[in-house]
Amino acid sequence: MAVQSKVVRFEEMALPHLGAAYNLARWLVHNDHDAEDMVQESYLRAFKFFGGYYGGDFRAWLLTIVRNTCYTWLQHNRMFRQAESIDDKLDELEADFADPELLLLRNIDSQIVRQALQELPVEFREVVVLREMEGLSYKEIATVVDLPLGTVMSRLARGRKRLHSLLANRMGKEARVELSANA
Amino acid sequence: MNCQQTHELIHGYLDNELDLVNNIEIEKHLAECDACARTYQGMRSLQSTLGDIAVRFAPPANLERKLRSKLRSEDKTRMTLRWGWLALAGSLIAAMIVVAVGVATFSRPATDDVLAAEIVSSHVRSLMADHLTDVPSSDRHTVKPWFDGKLDFSPPVKDLSQQGFSLNGGRLDYIGNRPVAALVYQRRQHPINLFIWPSSDGMAKTEKASVTHGYNLIEWSNGGMAYWVVSDLNLAELQQFVQLLQEQSASVGYFSPRY
Repeated sequence: MAVQSKVVRFEEMALPHLGAAYNLARWLVHNDHDAEDMVQESYLRAFKFFGGYYGGDFRAWLLTIVRNTCYTWLQHNRMFRQAESIDDKLDELEADFADPELLLLRNIDSQIVRQALQELPVEFREVVVLREMEGLSYKEIATVVDLPLGTVMSRLARGRKRLHSLLANRMGKEARVELSANA
Repeated sequence: MNCQQTHELIHGYLDNELDLVNNIEIEKHLAECDACARTYQGMRSLQSTLGDIAVRFAPPANLERKLRSKLRSEDKTRMTLRWGWLALAGSLIAAMIVVAVGVATFSRPATDDVLAAEIVSSHVRSLMADHLTDVPSSDRHTVKPWFDGKLDFSPPVKDLSQQGFSLNGGRLDYIGNRPVAALVYQRRQHPINLFIWPSSDGMAKTEKASVTHGYNLIEWSNGGMAYWVVSDLNLAELQQFVQLLQEQSASVGYFSPRY
């Protein structure tokens, strides 16, 4: 039956991306329970809009819905904080990279990494998650977060740099020791 | 490529998003510049740290099963809704068929409606084709004899010019599968066609007014004759016209198939 096959077809396409969907939601809403709700709501919405999906990057399409669902939830729960200043320019970068303390973050505790990433403003956090954990291309990220390619790259650069600094503070000595050992 | 440019593009390089030319340039610079090479190493280190499976959040084991059952029940609801709509639409269609059959069965096309349409068409045609009259005359003694030999009846022809309805003439017409007399009157700028033929049942009928395509029509039967009058004249004046016709016929006793 044609109607029956629609749900099967949707499951075949959408369920393989459950990990990516959950991970993105989890990083956006900060806790397991809400993340699960977000994923369920997103999948039902995606299924509803499935008729309007005309090919193309399905994962990016699905993750866009997940992100929008999460942002709506964040705004509704007044948990959405705009990052202090997102000028999306690269001019800050040079100074940032003049950091003499190179950190090699080998064997770092994953809980510390998670904590640092949670502290990153959501605009940086989401591009870092999509790139480093889900392996999306700049183009796919641009689709999901609805930004130009250049902005995606500059946000990613600044997000990484901030994260690097945060981890440097956490790891402090340990990393420096490692650095001097390498130097 | 200098250090500043390298800092701008190093993430693209890290993510394999650069074109070949920039890729080669960066590699050249990294080979020459120790500071940039160390920055690059730092970012690569961060990248591999973030790529660690332990940093990523894995969905709960039962989430996929929950999703499947939710999707299926959602699909069911939607199907039920859809069938509900289909059922509703189906019953509406059935109801419409019943009504249509009923209309077709119980209200056969009213002969009057067909006649009215014919009469209006004839009226309009007579105006359009500039063929209002075959015998243009305001003298009823000219118009009436003109029909002799053309019709198997003699239509009564009245002079109502005193009352403001001038006679313009007469014309042969063909209505309801028979030749009929058409008398043409005029009230100001409004032509009036009066169609006359022997009524089929000979029964007298009182006036009945109707409107078809914006034209006023009045029909009645009297003295064995059927009358239809049609005009764009307002109904009140048209009724007055009919009234005058009937008064005259009553006083003069004009209404007979042959006089």
